[in-house]
Amino acid sequence: MSVRFGIAVFPGTWSDRDCSHAAGLAGAEAVPLWHADRDLKGADVVVLPGGFAYGDYLRCGAIARFAPLMDAVRAHALAGGPVLGICNGFQILCEAGMLPGALLRNSSLQFRCQPTWLRVETQATPFLRECRQGATLRVPVSHGEGRFYADRETLAQLNSEDRVALRYSEADGRLSSDANPNGSLQNIAGILNPERNVLGMMPHPERACEELLGSADGLQLFTSAIHQLASQAA
Amino acid sequence: MVSLKPVVNDPQGLVVTDALHSLGYPEVGATRVGKFISLDVTGEDAETARARVDEMCRRLLCNGVIEDYRFELREAVAP
Repeated sequence: MSVRFGIAVFPGTWSDRDCSHAAGLAGAEAVPLWHADRDLKGADVVVLPGGFAYGDYLRCGAIARFAPLMDAVRAHALAGGPVLGICNGFQILCEAGMLPGALLRNSSLQFRCQPTWLRVETQATPFLRECRQGATLRVPVSHGEGRFYADRETLAQLNSEDRVALRYSEADGRLSSDANPNGSLQNIAGILNPERNVLGMMPHPERACEELLGSADGLQLFTSAIHQLASQAA
Repeated sequence: MVSLKPVVNDPQGLVVTDALHSLGYPEVGATRVGKFISLDVTGEDAETARARVDEMCRRLLCNGVIEDYRFELREAVAP
């Protein structure tokens, strides 16, 4: 039985097709989840894809967090189910209080669409368990509001609890401000909830799943989660 | 009025400050760019309306992680 990825679709979501394609490449079955439904359709993993849910009106993710689907996503996460929020999905998770902090206008004030290197900071999450800690992944970003911010206590807590999942780095893993596309504090590109089953990240792993498109590094996030679930079921 | 907390970097504000300086207004110090939201609300009395609007700010209009808000109530004049 194949693992089922539920791909959330809000009005304005634009990366759902790419996420479905990536899940398929990884060997999973992908099912779309409509924002107005409360039904996860038996999904083992929920993906909140990138885009501009509800037009990003007011703030990115501010309206989407109240969608009926989010009640089901929250319940899924509370039960230990893996949730991956990508770009706009990360913003929604922060607005929903499922992850700490917030995503602000890029410090450049420009939309940034470019490849980045991500240093894997921890393997202790379903999505990164097959990546090597300290390794770098080639994954693009594509956003105008991706500058991660959290207050000092929250940042300290994220670090002490090993909940920073990914940081923008140079190809060799060195952290620098040049490698940071949006001015995120401490080069943070992705974070985990305390239970480590919810990952929010600004870069798009679903757009780095085929060598033909420049990198297949992002596929590891999908296959890691699939193998984790398969090992739990065994 | 919804504005970024003082501790949060506001790159828009920095650019506006630079622009005002280059237009010949060196007296401008820090600039913060925020949002102005106008709501028409009905209510039994000002106290109830104030409590409801405050709740709206906390639940939706303002993200307390990065923003502060303040508001004032004005009685609408009948047209």
